[in-house]
This record gives sequence, C-alpha cells and structure tokens, in this order.
Amino acid sequence: MPSLGADMDEGTLVEWLKQPGDRIHKGDILAVVETQKGAIEIEVFSDGVLRDCLANPGDRVPVGEVIAMLDSGKASAAPTGNAALAPVADARASLEPLVPGRKVTPAARRLARESGMDISRIVPDGTGVVGLQQVRTHAETTAPPAGPTGRTDLKEMRKAIAAAMARSKREIPHYYVSSDIDVTALMDWLAKENAARSVADRLLYAVPLFGILARTLLETPELNGHYEAGEFSPSQSVHAGIAIAMRGGGLIAPAIRNVAGKSLDELRLSLTDLVGRVRSGRLRSSELSGASVTFSNLGENTADTLMPIIYPPQVAIIGCGQIATRPWVKDGEVQIRQIMSITVAGDHRVSDGRSAARFLSRLEKHLATPEVS
Amino acid sequence: MNDLELTDMVKRVLFDVAPDLEGETVDPDIPFREQFEFDSMDFLNFIIGLHQASGIQIPEADYPQLAGLDDCVAYLKARNV
Repeated sequence: MPSLGADMDEGTLVEWLKQPGDRIHKGDILAVVETQKGAIEIEVFSDGVLRDCLANPGDRVPVGEVIAMLDSGKASAAPTGNAALAPVADARASLEPLVPGRKVTPAARRLARESGMDISRIVPDGTGVVGLQQVRTHAETTAPPAGPTGRTDLKEMRKAIAAAMARSKREIPHYYVSSDIDVTALMDWLAKENAARSVADRLLYAVPLFGILARTLLETPELNGHYEAGEFSPSQSVHAGIAIAMRGGGLIAPAIRNVAGKSLDELRLSLTDLVGRVRSGRLRSSELSGASVTFSNLGENTADTLMPIIYPPQVAIIGCGQIATRPWVKDGEVQIRQIMSITVAGDHRVSDGRSAARFLSRLEKHLATPEVS
Repeated sequence: MNDLELTDMVKRVLFDVAPDLEGETVDPDIPFREQFEFDSMDFLNFIIGLHQASGIQIPEADYPQLAGLDDCVAYLKARNV
C-alpha cells in the first residue's frame, strides 16, 4: 500500500483492475484504493505478470503492507510495495452507491461524501436532482448541535489536512519572511503576450509566476528538497506542489515536475491538465508525492497575504497573495503599481530567514524582467 | 440564436469545463466565481469553451462582462451569435 503523503496511514481497497495472470506494463492502473483524499488509482512502475492479489475489496490496509505480487521475470517475484507502485488520486463519482430514481450531481456526491452524509437521506429538488444546494440545505438542517466548546465533527479531508498540518507545526520550526513585490512589469508583459495569443493559448499570470518562482528556487537550494530522518536532501529539480482548492471545501497539492525546465506553454498545459484532473478526479500517484516545494497562490479577488504551513517532508512553501493596485514609490515618485505580497515559510532545521530574504530579493529582480526570466 | 439557445449553449460550456457541476441549477444572476467557487483556471477554461462554441473572439478586457449566465447571454446576443 503506497503512501500518498505524510497524512496517510492506510487505504481501503476498492477494486482490482487487473487479475492474477495478467501481463501488466509500467503505468498501468492496478487497483483503486479509497483514502481520505478520495479514491486513488494504484499505478505500476515496472513491467511483469501479476502473480497474486493479497488484499480483498473492502480491506483496510496499512501503508507499506504488500497488497500484490508482481513477477518481473527475474529470479524471484517482488512484492508490489512502495518501490514498485505509486498511486493516483481519483475522486471518481462512480464509486458512490447509486440511489434509485434519483440523480446526484458529481459535485454534490463529493461534498456529501466528504461531509459524511448518507446521500439517500438528502431530499432532491423538484426534478429529482440532488445538487450542491440540496446537500448544503441537508447539512444545515441536520447538523448536530455544537458541544460545549462549539466543536463539530471534522470531515475526512479536513481530518487529513489537519493531521498533516498539525504534524508540520509540531515538527517543523517555521519561520516566515515576506515582501511586497511590484509585479507591474510581469502583468504588462503578460497583457502583450496574451494579446498576441489565441483565446485557447492565453496564459494565467500563475504560469509565468510559477516558472520564475521555480527558477529562482534553483538559486536557493536550501528551500527546495526534503528533510527526513534528521537530514536534508536538496532536490536537483523543482517539483512544485500546486495548492488547488476543491469545490465544496478541502485542498490538494499535486506536483508538477521540473517546473524550472518547462517552457511557458509546457507549464501552461501542465497546469491546465492538472487542475482539470483535480476537478474531474483523475490525479496520478506520482503527482501526490514527490513535490520538493509547494506554491500556494490565492488568486484574484481574494486576500493580500498568505502565511502558509509547510507540507512535510518539504522544507518550504511559498504563499502568493492577490495582486493589488496600490500607490507605490518608484523612481522617486508615487506611482500606481500592481503589488503582490509573497511569503516564504521556511524550515529552521535547514535554513534561516536570510535564505528566504535572499530568495525574495532575487525573485523581485526576476519579476521585474519577465521577458528574460 | 434566441435567448433560450444561448442559455443552453452557455450552460453546456459551463458543464463541459466543470463536469462535476453537471445537473446543478445555475442562478442566472450570480457570478460563476461566487456560485460555483470558480477560480482563475476554471474561468479561463470557460472563456476558451465559450470562444470555441460561439466562434467569436473574446478579448481579455471583456472578461468582466462574462461573469454569470445572464451576462454571457447578453454578451453573445450583442455580438449576433
């Protein structure tokens, strides 16, 4: 049972998609596993023949336990543990029990599942459809009264997030360094770039921003890597976890690999593909583990500053606030500029505030010259 | 297209770019960002879908005019879609 991150202890086998005797190839999906983050498709990382399935649908299996035996054609069959497998998140609506005579939208189904609701008890609208509104109404009308402390039950994804963040705050001595950075040059450059592009090829500002963040991180390796077993292992490439909010609540941070080495269009396509698969529940295992740093971008019309929490075993996370139009002193005079507050949360076991300050200083220079950065 | 056809087209694009919303009731007056927690990527995908479905060019400066269902129908109608 592969681990999908620091917050995963076990998974429940939903179904096998291959049977003993089947020849399987690297990248094939072997099984579906339910976790707190949704259903995960278990991906095979080597060719061979599936010899035995050691878990049954419905079994709850601890991380690290062998669930299948793969005959790779070598002297002995290797168990398909973490070394051979990696999972893929998949919030497939089809896994939910069907309710006869009633249509449930995928978004409503996901929200109901994350809220621990029995979907068969939710009253549909006049056309027999259970949508987000019906789930929310059900939650409001059936929520248990708050206890003396005002606490209510945590939902599954919220539990997973809370577990990871509590561990992070317990184990990682965080420090925070922040700068307000003038991104007018980036936005001007982007407006010109997009004016020359077709509608389908236009760039969100997150695309060049993430590229520049990644290339700047290569100059500050102490902010990019993993801290495990008392040692820091810097990453040679920037594999950026991108924090993506789920509709109906929750957050997931799948990774885009080698962000610094991607062209703008490669990064645009990667980001579009990733967000699309988060929305439709088609994430891959390799995207849920292996990020060397996380970028969390609040986006437009949100808030100015984000103070993020590091996702272990990473050693830094970069939080980007909304772009705000502000009076700003430039070239000795007050001008109207577009400003973004960027915060680095770093791990004091690996780096100091000076590293983050150096990173932000370099970032500011790169963002001022987006055409060459 | 008449208003009903334009409304159907906009909703089809909406559900294509956000398939998890398929079947949801769309309030015509509320911006998609508020109604369905659309982020920038969702909205850009929606604009791309609208461009492909209608065949019209949509400059970035016009994005604020496409915030909700009624806004989109009015925008497309004004461009003789």
